[in-house]
Amino acid sequence: MALLRHLSPRPGDVLLLVGTSKGAFVLRSGPSRRSWELAGPYFPGRAVYAMAYDDRASRQRLWAAAQSAHFGAVLQWSDDFGRTWTEPENIRFPEGSGRSLRQIWQICLGHPGEPDSLYCGTEPAALFQSKDAGHHWSAVAGLLHHPHQPRWEPGGGGLCLHTILPDPRDPKRTLVAISTGGVYRTDDGGLTWRARNQGIRAPFLPNPHPEFGQCVHKVVQHPARPERLFLQNHWGLYRSDDGGDSWQDVAKGVPSDFGFAMAIHAYAPDTVYIVPIESDEFRCVPEAKLRVYRTRNAGGSWEPLSSGLPQKGAFETILRDGLATDRQDPVGVYFGTRSGKVFASRNEGATWKLVLEGLPPIVCLKTAFVGRAGLSRTRRRPPPVKGRTSKTSRNKRMRAKRAARRA
Amino acid sequence: MVIVHLPGSLVSVAGGAIRLGSSPEKVKEALEALWRIDPGLQNRVLTEQGTLRPHVNVFVGSESIRYTGGLETPLDPDSEIFIIPAVSGGASGLGYDQAW
Repeated sequence: MALLRHLSPRPGDVLLLVGTSKGAFVLRSGPSRRSWELAGPYFPGRAVYAMAYDDRASRQRLWAAAQSAHFGAVLQWSDDFGRTWTEPENIRFPEGSGRSLRQIWQICLGHPGEPDSLYCGTEPAALFQSKDAGHHWSAVAGLLHHPHQPRWEPGGGGLCLHTILPDPRDPKRTLVAISTGGVYRTDDGGLTWRARNQGIRAPFLPNPHPEFGQCVHKVVQHPARPERLFLQNHWGLYRSDDGGDSWQDVAKGVPSDFGFAMAIHAYAPDTVYIVPIESDEFRCVPEAKLRVYRTRNAGGSWEPLSSGLPQKGAFETILRDGLATDRQDPVGVYFGTRSGKVFASRNEGATWKLVLEGLPPIVCLKTAFVGRAGLSRTRRRPPPVKGRTSKTSRNKRMRAKRAARRA
Repeated sequence: MVIVHLPGSLVSVAGGAIRLGSSPEKVKEALEALWRIDPGLQNRVLTEQGTLRPHVNVFVGSESIRYTGGLETPLDPDSEIFIIPAVSGGASGLGYDQAW
């Protein structure tokens, strides 16, 4: 059995939750994010496509979905940063639905103001909700029985619901994305769902502008401007300014508009990160140069970020949940590759550092901020405002350093 | 007495071999008795639709139940049931997911 290491995170730490095809790992760093300590593997031999951290309602709860090719996918949580795991009632498709759980692709916290609400996206494509902090789960019937559902088709990774975006301002509104089915949104708390794919191309279909059937790979949303969305498609980069009602192409200046991963800046709603992939056949970064692309003007233009990343012989692939940002100031950006490497930038992408290699293929990477136990997220320090004076940032860094020394 | 042998990967869930106190007449009944002892096993051996997972094999003695009537396979009072991961299922994350 693989050697298992554990962490003892402290308040102020940043965690990277790394799911791989052969287990989960957790990396810990102090606020400076200069060095990282590794824990794991948890669930060795199991594919962990979904991880999350729930710090609402005084919790410090890690979530992971571990899938065994033999014994199926099982949802588990840990309240002690991985030392012990608890198995709640597992996600189950209803009897008579003719479907069986194959994979859990996403674990997502629910709407603000509903601290016990969680969602899971699954393969086959369905949305499950828990209203009691994850103890019990049920399928969202309006989507499970959607009339389009029999015509959704599996993408290369299977027929999965991989993106869940609860609207931070409207508890009745949630947007999900399915490969291949496209974007769907409910405005009535999950009772009814409408396809929201106007403007998104499906170049692999005879009609490239169908109502549904697009192969959407990832959608991101900023909590401060939830009506604005960014979308990485199976060919195509898009933005919506009306909550998904319509989409505009914003793929100007990228070497390829094919890709999987997408992440949004924690405090700048117009700043988005992607990793373009050469094509849906080759599925490696263009020119074997590992470059993250960033827009700071909502897709008006994109700039490559490559300082510290290999620019020769890098036949790398970053999957749809392999890119994430943290909530520090300056914001950290992280990604994991199919070749098992973790890269980190602690200055919003300006420079990068290889922090870990040799992991199994990375299928998801999430970030978490460790607050004080028993202190709910809503009581944590307010997020920094973009454009603060450098003195404020300096003071903040000094405070963080002092806190780290005290700890 | 019917004995159910579990694979090493499920030992943390249950624990090696389990002797069923009841006298099941079919594999299905034996498994239901097993779920009563450890409910966590059910989800790992069967799908939620009640079918055997494709990469899990169940043997009665040396014969796979896939060829003897599936979950309806009859048991003797001293049958031994083996739950064994199939070699076909060892490619977690490397199957068709490779096509991402």
